[in-house]
Amino acid sequence: MKRINTLKRHRTPYGWIYLFLAPTLILFSMYTLYPIGATVWYSLTNMRSFTSRNIAFVGLANYRALFADSQFLNSLSVTGRFLLMAVPARFVLSLLLALLLNWKRCMGKTFFRTMFFLPVLTTSAIIGVVFIMILDPTMGPVNIILNRLNIQSLASVSLLGNFNTALPTTAIVWVWKWLGNSLIYWIASLQSVPDELYEAARIDGANSWQLFKSIVVPLLIPFAVIILILTVSDAIRVFNLMLTLTNGGPFFATETVEVFIYRHAFQASSPRMAYASAAAAVFGFAFMMIVVIQRIANAAVKRGEQ
Amino acid sequence: MNSKMSTAIGISRRKRPSAGVVISFILLLGLALLWVYPFIWMFSASFKSNQAILSDGLRLLPREPTFSAYGRAWNEAHFNVYFLNSVITTAATIVIVVLRCSTSGYVLAMYDFRGKKLIEAMLIVTFFIPTGTMLIPTVLMSKNMGLLNTRIGLILALAGGGQVASTFMYKGFFQQTPRELVEAGEIDGAGFLRCFLSIMLPLTGPITATTVILTFMGAWNNFMLPLVFTFSNAALRTLPVGMMVFSKGDMVDYSGQCAAALLSIAPIVLAYVFCQKYFVSGIAGAIKS
Repeated sequence: MKRINTLKRHRTPYGWIYLFLAPTLILFSMYTLYPIGATVWYSLTNMRSFTSRNIAFVGLANYRALFADSQFLNSLSVTGRFLLMAVPARFVLSLLLALLLNWKRCMGKTFFRTMFFLPVLTTSAIIGVVFIMILDPTMGPVNIILNRLNIQSLASVSLLGNFNTALPTTAIVWVWKWLGNSLIYWIASLQSVPDELYEAARIDGANSWQLFKSIVVPLLIPFAVIILILTVSDAIRVFNLMLTLTNGGPFFATETVEVFIYRHAFQASSPRMAYASAAAAVFGFAFMMIVVIQRIANAAVKRGEQ
Repeated sequence: MNSKMSTAIGISRRKRPSAGVVISFILLLGLALLWVYPFIWMFSASFKSNQAILSDGLRLLPREPTFSAYGRAWNEAHFNVYFLNSVITTAATIVIVVLRCSTSGYVLAMYDFRGKKLIEAMLIVTFFIPTGTMLIPTVLMSKNMGLLNTRIGLILALAGGGQVASTFMYKGFFQQTPRELVEAGEIDGAGFLRCFLSIMLPLTGPITATTVILTFMGAWNNFMLPLVFTFSNAALRTLPVGMMVFSKGDMVDYSGQCAAALLSIAPIVLAYVFCQKYFVSGIAGAIKS
């Protein structure tokens, strides 16, 4: 039940209310509502650059060209493959770690949590620069270690510069960077399982695995759905890390959709704003679909509980 | 008596940690090392010469430690300017976000008014739309308004958007605060603004702390907006943009880059060490909503 907590008065102070809402409404209109509408509008025109004049309406031409463009299809495929590699790894590894760190007798919890959180605190621009050094095939420690371990197939490879290894490598760096975030999600979820439940089960003689299977898992499923969706939406927006690690290269091997948009709008010698806007609109729409799926999944899970 | 007993049990446990405890500790330590190694490497490299970085292999301890990389990063690579820019931009963004989110959260929590449902629905629906989608119109609009390549333009863009999480955190908080507090204030003759400023706002300590931390992390680390807002104004670059420019420069200065990176992350790591609680509650908030 929603709590009724609004002030009862004879007259609602509309002046104050709108004054208090004004900053949010103005900024929200400028930086969210207008850009959404404008992206769709630009995508239906032939605008090339920010200084273009005589912009004409061209209907769905940009969209038709987009879906015939092998580079755009490539960026969709790159985003998809990145998701398939990075999301399960981050999801499972962070859950296992959270279970360990949530264990009552685990030593050094805060210390470990801080260690795993360090990369989350660090901006992608810096992670990118540092990993370019660490993965440098001549001086970087990773290739030196691969060489010592006698993994010759990789030891002399530039992991970020090779067409086949670039995407898996960026996925590993991404999991490394964001694991601490998922860890906090999972720990918060695990801590919402009441202690009494554990105690009761233990008195009944349940062992750890039984405890986990029959008590923790059912309670975690709604959280797991949310964490999975958050992880997927993070992975789709991998722009910053890609831009600094590989800039979409080598030969578009790591060009995700957002990097594709950025390249056509801001990096190309002859920018194609309308075209990039069409890609952005498709991307935003696909993203909203994921959110809708989340809402449906959430509702389904809640119905299942009752 | 009771406490004595539990201490005794505690001691006997501590004397003989079970195999499970030891194994999990070693496992965690190994994994944590993997997570911290890049930072240790960076720290060590920042005290080496560029030649030493190239020839040292896996050796972490510098043979001839030198501070010169920090001087180069700070002065020659202009990180003194970038640092100041990041501080000003982030501080201003935090002030705007706290102000707008607390005020809008307050009226959304306390009053029923025309348009309330619509405003809330719009905020929620647009919550997940990626910034990349809105980048082109944001830049074009800022350009037309003369805000592109200006500090105020960058700050407004950073503080703009939905800021949904913080708005609803404030709203949730005010909803749980007894409304009798405001009613009592009104009986005492306090007006709308007085009630908000001197009765309700001072109660929001933890929410404001969480909002400040979340905004700090978002603004300090933001890369996309400062990048496009400072394309033609190098004097306004923030640390992340400066970092990219530094790494793409003609001269490759590895130790300088490492020193610059450490200078850039120091403030936020310090903030984390002192306000860990609020970082955790801010991030955990995403799954509780």
